[in-house]
Amino acid sequence: MRAGSRNARVAVLAALAALTLATTACAESGGGGGTTPTAGAGTTIKEGLKITFLPKQVNNPYFDTSDNKGGKVAVGEFKGVYAQTGPSEAGASAQVSYINTASQQNVDVLVVSANDKDAICGALNEARQGGTKVVTYDSDTNPSCRDLFINQATSEGIAKSQIKLISEAIGADGGEIAILSATANATNQNAWIEMMKTELAKPENAKLKLVATVYGDDDDQKSFTEAQGLLAKYPNLKGIISPTTVGVAAAARYLSGSTYKGKVQLTGLGTPNQMRAFVKDGTCKAFALWNPADLGYLAAYAGGALASGIITGKEGDKFKAGKLGEFTVGANATVLLGDPFTFNASNIDQFDF
Amino acid sequence: MSETTRSLASRPWSVLRSWDAAVLVGLALVVLVGAAAVDGVGTPRFWRFVILEIIPIALIALPMTLVIITGEIDLSVASVLGLTCTVFGQLWASGVTSLPILVLVCLLLGAVLGAVNGLFVTGFGLPSLAVTIGTLALYRGLASVVLGNRAVADYPPEWTSGAIRAIPRTTVPWAVLVLGALAVVFGVVLHATPIGRGVYAMGNNADAARFSGVAVRRTKFWIFVVTGTMSALAGVFWTLRFASARADTGLGLELAVVAAVLLGGVSIFGGRGGLVGVIAAVGLLATLRNTLQLASVPANTLTVITGSLLIVSVVGPNVAGLIRVRLRRRRSISAPPPSAAG
Repeated sequence: MRAGSRNARVAVLAALAALTLATTACAESGGGGGTTPTAGAGTTIKEGLKITFLPKQVNNPYFDTSDNKGGKVAVGEFKGVYAQTGPSEAGASAQVSYINTASQQNVDVLVVSANDKDAICGALNEARQGGTKVVTYDSDTNPSCRDLFINQATSEGIAKSQIKLISEAIGADGGEIAILSATANATNQNAWIEMMKTELAKPENAKLKLVATVYGDDDDQKSFTEAQGLLAKYPNLKGIISPTTVGVAAAARYLSGSTYKGKVQLTGLGTPNQMRAFVKDGTCKAFALWNPADLGYLAAYAGGALASGIITGKEGDKFKAGKLGEFTVGANATVLLGDPFTFNASNIDQFDF
Repeated sequence: MSETTRSLASRPWSVLRSWDAAVLVGLALVVLVGAAAVDGVGTPRFWRFVILEIIPIALIALPMTLVIITGEIDLSVASVLGLTCTVFGQLWASGVTSLPILVLVCLLLGAVLGAVNGLFVTGFGLPSLAVTIGTLALYRGLASVVLGNRAVADYPPEWTSGAIRAIPRTTVPWAVLVLGALAVVFGVVLHATPIGRGVYAMGNNADAARFSGVAVRRTKFWIFVVTGTMSALAGVFWTLRFASARADTGLGLELAVVAAVLLGGVSIFGGRGGLVGVIAAVGLLATLRNTLQLASVPANTLTVITGSLLIVSVVGPNVAGLIRVRLRRRRSISAPPPSAAG
């Protein structure tokens, strides 16, 4: 009998080894592809460009939409080779080895959302020395480490819309508000929070008082607990702003199941599919976002235009981005997608992402 | 168990035991299959990236090997690394511009943090698992106190590029020489000195080791101090390599280190294992990861593979040991009895 259990253990060991080998074997077929692009005209994007998206983390619905529903469509339109890769958790330096991989694969364009604007800088520059064009989207790096940044909305535009939405939801009397953010180091989150504070300092917002900023780390459960904690700690709280898709959905879930539903207002940056139920049950009157699919779409076109030599990233460069029309490169090699869009009960059913 | 110790003491070459050989073969297989099947594997550039990834993990895996062989564990290493990073960043931001002083302060800090672990484990006789889970949280918390949500990233370029500069006419980062020298020191201490023999002895049976004159508590204390110091060294390298110090630096790295040590054939129960296997395992994990990434394997699959390897590493040496015992028994049964007493 003991011999039997030993044999079973050997079998498990062998099975695991086989699994590893099988995965390696499967992986082999994944590489390759991507022919060298032929020289095109000065205004059309070359065919066969290898364009790789590197989001902050995979398994994130936001990046699934921006990359697989936006970027992939655009790359398909100009007949490039699309790929998405990235770490499964949003650690500070987890992206570096994926950037190194992309530069070894000699991809033409790397589209990155930076987890840490400094930590990935060296790796990005190494990739650029090898001829890869680097476009950042969603969250920028230091401007010296990329060719172009696709800005989903200006920090000012986002901050204004968030404060306007919470102010409208709470009403003229104002009161205490709190911010439920993502990670404490996220470049974009911190920029928005700073702008919101500037916005709150204006006389028309004098009745709104920011009492706390907490961090849910873009983790559903932690965000849920933080929302719960806010209401426990600040009994007079009138509103929560959560400028992150994970945070606003978690806060909405908490509020809708609590006695605070409809009494404590919620707004933030969310996706229609995650927020639909909470808009309909009155937990959240309105929230904002750009269309992440459009963001990925624009980033792919911008990368294609860079790699084809249509633009170089200097101010005033113009390029066409398929169905979105023409865009102009602004200061600091930045392209602006547009103003944030407000979703409410009257329009939310028109969107599916 | 005691047989292993005796054979290790009498035959230093037996450091290269069967599991070490298996890991080395695994590493060679990954490289060969990878180079044949995946574009870019095995190029000088590939090795540069792999080695950069190996250095911080290996720096901590060296002392961790000793810790685990003594039958203890130190889960606070990544937090020591993180706290060191933030202190390095904070000191730089507040005007300390001498690199030697910064490094020295960080190493001393690491030694103190390690000594705290060692004191709780050896002085108060608390289980190291509980103590270091506590300090894992405590040191990470202190890191947040030091830098909050700020990042310090404005180091002189000659420091940051200096940390990853290649040895002239190669692509190999020079820091690997430091790692190599340290590996030799650890190897000699573990495999060729009375201290090393004591480490194995206390891992097999702490009481027996104490009665035969091994300074169990003192040795363990100093191993924790060394582990803290090496984690701090890894922290300094990490800060300069990524040109960024933040409170969440190296979050979760302790698992990568422990996984490598166990895959290297070190028994989680203590008393068995060696540095050759551990170094080969660190190399195997990094090479496999980079190869699979180049082959565009998604991150989720990578996690599954790393997890499976860890299971293999815990199950594997035990199965190998059982098979060996069984073969030996079968051989001794089939051989004619040596004497009437048999």
